[in-house]
Amino acid sequence: MFLKEYIKDVWGAISSLLKGMKLTGYYFMHHNKEAITEQYPDNRKTLKMADRFRGEVVMPHDENNEHACTGCTACELACPNGTIKIITKMEPTPEGKKKKAIDTFVYRLELCTMCNLCVEACPTGAIKMDQTFEHSVFDRRLLTKKLNKPDSKVREGVE
Amino acid sequence: MFEEVASTEQGDLVINIGPQHPATHGVLHLVITLNGETVKKVEPHLGYIHRSIEKMCESLSYRQFIYVTSRMDYLSSHINNHGCAMLVEKALQIEIPSRAQYIRVIMDELTRLASHQLWWGAMAMDIGALTPFFLAFREREMITDIMEETCGARLTMNYMVPGGIMYDIHPDFCKKVKEFIKHFRSKIDEYDELLTGNIIFQNRMKGIGILSKEDAISYGCSGPTARASGVSCDVRKIYPYEIYDQLKFDEVLATEGDSFARYQVRLVEMHQSMNIIEQLIDNIPEGEIQAKTKAVLKLPKGEFYTRIETARGEFGIYVVSEGGTTPYRIKFRSPGFSNLSALDHIVRGHKIGDMVAIMGTLDLVIPDIDR
Repeated sequence: MFLKEYIKDVWGAISSLLKGMKLTGYYFMHHNKEAITEQYPDNRKTLKMADRFRGEVVMPHDENNEHACTGCTACELACPNGTIKIITKMEPTPEGKKKKAIDTFVYRLELCTMCNLCVEACPTGAIKMDQTFEHSVFDRRLLTKKLNKPDSKVREGVE
Repeated sequence: MFEEVASTEQGDLVINIGPQHPATHGVLHLVITLNGETVKKVEPHLGYIHRSIEKMCESLSYRQFIYVTSRMDYLSSHINNHGCAMLVEKALQIEIPSRAQYIRVIMDELTRLASHQLWWGAMAMDIGALTPFFLAFREREMITDIMEETCGARLTMNYMVPGGIMYDIHPDFCKKVKEFIKHFRSKIDEYDELLTGNIIFQNRMKGIGILSKEDAISYGCSGPTARASGVSCDVRKIYPYEIYDQLKFDEVLATEGDSFARYQVRLVEMHQSMNIIEQLIDNIPEGEIQAKTKAVLKLPKGEFYTRIETARGEFGIYVVSEGGTTPYRIKFRSPGFSNLSALDHIVRGHKIGDMVAIMGTLDLVIPDIDR
């Protein structure tokens, strides 16, 4: 009786191991079909990130080198980490009045956590999230970026 | 601590596991007193990844403090964010649209699935089986892809905002989730085949690390750890939030309280999560995704508490407000901390190899413990 139990236990143990080995063996033999590994640096050209992937904050400019940022600092207030700093200046309008406009939109990538709160807060849709993700540089100063291009100005009609 | 170390008997060995040790899944430092190979005492030392998140939250507004909670329990970051958003909604009595509720619950359950999958792989790796790790990550990749497509990030989504969700689901979302459920239902049997039935695994798990029901309650354990000891503590059942009261699912309970029971509870929970998603995915109602909220949120004066069931247990958020735009004090009740406190009690008398297995089944996430 004892021997019977013993043999049963041993057989059960061996069969459980074989069961697992069978599965591993299947994957070993069908590695071409089942492998899901992406060869990352080699597939750079074909790699496409999701449309909503949050990589970094950018300010889209149109063909006239105009953007939609009015310098209202809503994004600066919404940011939890102090990533964004907006420096404004007073610009004369054609009517002779003075109007507030952005001088520099400072974006510090090293502080950014990609939480998307600034994009949500922007009333004019001036900033958006870009899908780039290879951000490593050799100098930390390169991570502090100026988002508005030189000589760019606010698009007509954006208030 | 020094007194305790000094009081070790002749022949005892005090060793350190961690802060940099693969078995602790992070920077947890365990001071273990050994007699031969038997564990006499385990002392967890915390503080290696303390980022003072609770203090940081005191200077952040009620929209901003949500993103920080994804850095605590990063494997169920979605559920943490959900809890914080719920607290603000509860305090301001914001009624959120039903579409947002449905999407939130689906996202929560997807996060729970992803978290349990990672736990399954990591726990098997602690035991010494490497293949499950790759299998678990293969299925988890599908969920992170879904998250990336809809939420914009793979791990720290920050998709919940007070009043609803940040933006609508991706057009492909329902299709991809259904594909994933179909795929995972066929693959979860492989999990059983590979690991659950394995005789070496069973012998290392059954009867090891028994946590009794009374101890689970007195140590404040929650989640699958406590449910494996027979404590009915699923927040989704006891204090239903969002639409959980309309859903059909079972609270998974076991009575043994050993490592194998904790393992089984989590595996069955994966089936339950899939059931919940299947009930919802075809019935997402049309409509708004966000309730109208003010630009600057001000909580009324008083104290607020919300609890939510994360993949690891009950996550509580306690906020004291003085009526301003920032909280006066925030306290997070993290499930990992309470579950870790039971470790010493469970491990005593076991071999040191079993300690690693028991820690694996407790499913500890260290940034959640330390905050």
